[in-house]
Amino acid sequence: MSSAAIASSPEAVKPAPGSRWMRSEEARGLAMISPTLIYALALLLVPVTLVVAYSFWTQNYLEIDRTFTFENYRQALTEPIYRDLFIRSLWISLVTSAVTVGFSYPVAWFISFHGGAHKNLWLFLVTIPCWTSYLLRVMSWKVILGYGGVLNTGLMSVGLIDEPITSLLYNANAVVITLVHSWAAFAILPIYVSLQKIDRSLIEAARDLGDGPMRAFLRVTLPLSMAGVVSAFLIVMIPTVGDYVTPKLVGGKDGVMIATAIQAQFGKGANWPLGAALSVTTMVLVSLVAAAVVLALRFAVRRIR
Amino acid sequence: MPDRPMISIENVSRYYGTYRALDDVSLEIGAGEFFSLLGPSGCGKTTLLRSIAGFDVPTAGEIRIDGTPCTLLPANRRPTNMVFQNYAIFPHLDVGENVAYGLKRLKLDAAEERRRVSDALDQVRLTGLDKRKANELSGGQRQRVALARALVMRPKVLLLDEPLSALDKKLREQMQVELRSLQKAVGITFILVTHDQYEALALSDRIAVMFGGRIAQVATPKEIYQRPRTRMVADFLGGMNFLQARLTSERSGSVSVETARFGTINLERPKGFAPTNGHVTVGIRPERLRLLWDDERAPHELVGRVENRAYFGEVTHLTIGVDGLEQPLSMVETNDYGADDLPLGAEIRLAYDPDAFVLLSEDERGARM
Repeated sequence: MSSAAIASSPEAVKPAPGSRWMRSEEARGLAMISPTLIYALALLLVPVTLVVAYSFWTQNYLEIDRTFTFENYRQALTEPIYRDLFIRSLWISLVTSAVTVGFSYPVAWFISFHGGAHKNLWLFLVTIPCWTSYLLRVMSWKVILGYGGVLNTGLMSVGLIDEPITSLLYNANAVVITLVHSWAAFAILPIYVSLQKIDRSLIEAARDLGDGPMRAFLRVTLPLSMAGVVSAFLIVMIPTVGDYVTPKLVGGKDGVMIATAIQAQFGKGANWPLGAALSVTTMVLVSLVAAAVVLALRFAVRRIR
Repeated sequence: MPDRPMISIENVSRYYGTYRALDDVSLEIGAGEFFSLLGPSGCGKTTLLRSIAGFDVPTAGEIRIDGTPCTLLPANRRPTNMVFQNYAIFPHLDVGENVAYGLKRLKLDAAEERRRVSDALDQVRLTGLDKRKANELSGGQRQRVALARALVMRPKVLLLDEPLSALDKKLREQMQVELRSLQKAVGITFILVTHDQYEALALSDRIAVMFGGRIAQVATPKEIYQRPRTRMVADFLGGMNFLQARLTSERSGSVSVETARFGTINLERPKGFAPTNGHVTVGIRPERLRLLWDDERAPHELVGRVENRAYFGEVTHLTIGVDGLEQPLSMVETNDYGADDLPLGAEIRLAYDPDAFVLLSEDERGARM
């Protein structure tokens, strides 16, 4: 109404072009997130672009040859060592996320459904391990799993084993165990949130319509908490594929993952373009596997009817 | 009392700590009956319904459904189905899948399952909507899906937990008519929990009015409205003018009381009536008082003044002050003769029928069954 009034009067000052947009919700929203946006652009987009660019170049001793080439990708995808590392990294991260989600779901379910008045206390307790340094947590697993470690001496003192088990530390299992422990809190929280959102009367309705507790869980609670399960899975899987510290500290030679190889190319190997190609390949593979996992989980849930 | 009880509730109590949600409730509900549990919030009606459904285990007492003791039976093994207050439509399933939810366990063949689902949808007038997503339904449609989902299981008893409270007035009235005819069509027992007295009156074969975890009165809608046993029941079921009275004589079938302005009134003596020190309360519904216009005469008349007036469209609510009465009388008058134009302070005459008075018990905790 006011704009019509302004338009009909010739003396009225015309608003500058774009000022309407400047006052819009959208503009205000963008202004609000602009610090974060600029930060993300500068520290995420620019480095990623650089890495992608490097992956098509060639290292020529101390110089970079900027002619376009697929040679790095050929190496990354065909060299057996890299192929093995890709497969192992993806496998370890998949197993880690599956185990983490598997252990975290019951915890989240318990807090959500039986936490009573102390839900917040339980959640607080879940986050306590995150208060110490990540490095310290990994190191403490060395103390637990080591040859003369807590687990071995404990088992020997109760007489379950006669000599220390050597297969505990410095292999892929040790990496999985350590990563599961490190990431549990990050899986519990999204699952908990999705369980909290489920209307409890839906579960009662399922019981009322003839389902026992287990069937009601499979047909109502689980499908409705799937969003939480999927995000927990991704939150754990994506960072663990590229984890560098844990394999280095507890992985031994069987626990080496792709990040170690990438680090070597950027460091001692002094072949940045190959390192960049390995990084980009990892990103693409993780995205593909993540998408496949999301689809598979969705499909699995649709099958339970 | 019903000829064949479908539900027997025997001395059921439910305590939450020291709070008594249900306090020694006994009740029988007949096969094919439309029964309402009516009361204000916190009166225990929902707890009682949930105990029948199997979502709540009574602290004491026994519940039988069709002769079978069910007190400790989980909800999934009872021949009851429930329409939840918020309808509890599964958001990840479409309408057809929602209705078929309980049938899956019965392992029917696909054609039979489809037939039962589409029959149930026809019954609630949702024909052809089976592929509709749960979040694309209106409030009334959600209600119908919840009904179809429960009825498709062919329960012996359908439990309805305030099913109409979330609907707007027009839709609610329409659904009341449909619920009633649906119940007549399927012929099973319906138990409705409501705090809306008009809903209970319009739908039910019988009503149990509850206060404070106890049943105050069980009767047909007409009886409970016209012959409420206690002051609280009378008050909850609509307007009522309460008058203090003195007991003058007591016979086996009737009593006489003396009131301030209405004189001596003879009343039917309710069952288990026990007056305390000769003082009793009697009540008369506002619509049983009638304005007298011009030189119209009535056998029983009273003079008063208009103290307040509220226009309700088809009727006008009047507050009439009468000398010698502690409380002004409220009355409802149709607007045919101009009750809506009566000036405040106008002198009026009103007529009453002494037979319209009821004797009320003062028991604050509600009368025992």
